Amino acid sequence: MTVLLEARGVGKSFGGVQALKEVSLTIAAGEIYGLIGPNGAGKTTFFNVLTGLYQRDVGEISFDGKPLRLSSPHQVAHAGVARTFQNIRLFANMTALENVMVGRHLRTRAGVLGAVFRNQATRKEEAAIRRRAEELLRYVGIEHRADTIARHLAYGDQRRLEIARALATEPKLLALDEPAAGMNATETAGLKVLIEGLRADGLTVLLIEHDVRLVMGLCDRVAVLDYGEKIAEDVPASVQKNPKVIEAYLGGTA
Amino acid sequence: MDIFLQQLINGLTLGSIYALVALGYTMVYGILGLINFAHGEVVMIGALSSLTIIRLLADSGLPGPVVVLIGLVFAVVVCMALGFTIERVAYRPLRNAPRLAPLITAIGVSIVLQQLAMLIWGRSYHSVPELLPADRHEIFGASYTEIQVIIVVVAAVTMAGLMLLVSRTRLGRAMRATAENPAIAGLMGVDANRIISLTFIIGSGLAALAGVLISANYGIAHYNMGFILGLKAFTAAVLGGIGNLAGAMVGGVLLGVIEALGAGYIGDLSGGIFGSAYQDVFAFFVLITVLVFRPSGLMGEKVSERA
Repeated sequence: MTVLLEARGVGKSFGGVQALKEVSLTIAAGEIYGLIGPNGAGKTTFFNVLTGLYQRDVGEISFDGKPLRLSSPHQVAHAGVARTFQNIRLFANMTALENVMVGRHLRTRAGVLGAVFRNQATRKEEAAIRRRAEELLRYVGIEHRADTIARHLAYGDQRRLEIARALATEPKLLALDEPAAGMNATETAGLKVLIEGLRADGLTVLLIEHDVRLVMGLCDRVAVLDYGEKIAEDVPASVQKNPKVIEAYLGGTA
Repeated sequence: MDIFLQQLINGLTLGSIYALVALGYTMVYGILGLINFAHGEVVMIGALSSLTIIRLLADSGLPGPVVVLIGLVFAVVVCMALGFTIERVAYRPLRNAPRLAPLITAIGVSIVLQQLAMLIWGRSYHSVPELLPADRHEIFGASYTEIQVIIVVVAAVTMAGLMLLVSRTRLGRAMRATAENPAIAGLMGVDANRIISLTFIIGSGLAALAGVLISANYGIAHYNMGFILGLKAFTAAVLGGIGNLAGAMVGGVLLGVIEALGAGYIGDLSGGIFGSAYQDVFAFFVLITVLVFRPSGLMGEKVSERA
């Protein structure tokens, strides 16, 4: 197994609150890795630290064999990590297609001069950006919504659009923060198919999710966070039986 | 009737210039949530720096329009550099400061630029050589000059170009994405600092153009000319819905027309008590009215989305 992501002793605190305590985990290339835990356990903080939105206080993260420095979101994206958000953060006033086209920014280069003079290379690149964005909308199944303003999209479609936009950056690791939150059973089933398809297409997926059935049915391995600490990491079936995990979810018995 | 048409023509001319300047306010506000009160001074620097070149070349034997064009290019370059510098020196260090800090800094930058211009160009009014065709033509009893036509056409073409840039190009998408959410745009590989610099550069280029056009229209330039013009353009941006590009254009043209018609009719309507000197009052009357009744402007989104 090739290690894609390795976190060693990652810690982050906000004032007096230790949101992450020396969390270490490794994610293998091609796996679907679940990160679960009660509310406030530090899952999203881990995502934010990983993607450079927060700076970690201690610890090392290496990605694809290279260390991720305390870097900007921009550089993390370059390294090949893309994410979605628990509370969807699309460019609300841009169309679905434009949202995905912005995602292509990372892997394209036309600049000011190109924009002003519209030379052939620029026009070609622009056409390629559009084509790729349309493909990605089709991939997540919302191509018929391409020209809809993002904030007018149905909730499930907004989630799909956020995934398409993340994919547009050509990530090696896609981090999904509660993608099924607020979805009904049909939408969740569709999401499961989509994530399985992503893996089949060679992507590694890191998944934060509350929907236990989705996590257990989808993930190869699951890590459990509680109060910022990793209390378990195993295949879903064993994690489910782990007494520490049950205690974290059902409340401590004194 | 003919006074109506006459003032409409004058209003359109003035309004196109307001629109160009208003775009600078609205673009910066859209991305940073900052009212760049120094923007009016950039217009003034544009007018005076072009004037320096135009005077230098006025007797060179080059055709008038060519001289003006060279002056314009010079002014655009000067103002773009100025806009870039203002952002880097005055606003960027305050990016994460409370909102009042950059606002007061903007007023400070405005004063600095005015004083600087006074030192360079003096306190006197400079007359601008008439190098553009200024022939008068008649239409339905109203007259218009060729300069007026040039102003309206140049402004319209420039604004159309800007709209295409923003709506159709990779750069424009990056600007809109940064305006909506800089952090997320960063995750998509958009370098927010670069976009912010470019926004100031583009806005300042438009300001330079506006400065050259307005000094050509009135035949006069002055170190203090940016102040009122800046306030008017700010009013236009608010009228259209600050942060909204199309709004700034509509607001600019509308404000120009309101002012011109107001100035044209106020004498008759008030029985001669108020004269056209009260022209400026209309702009600020509009500003107050908009702020009271529709603070988000004609084409603005919910104000709460920006913040």
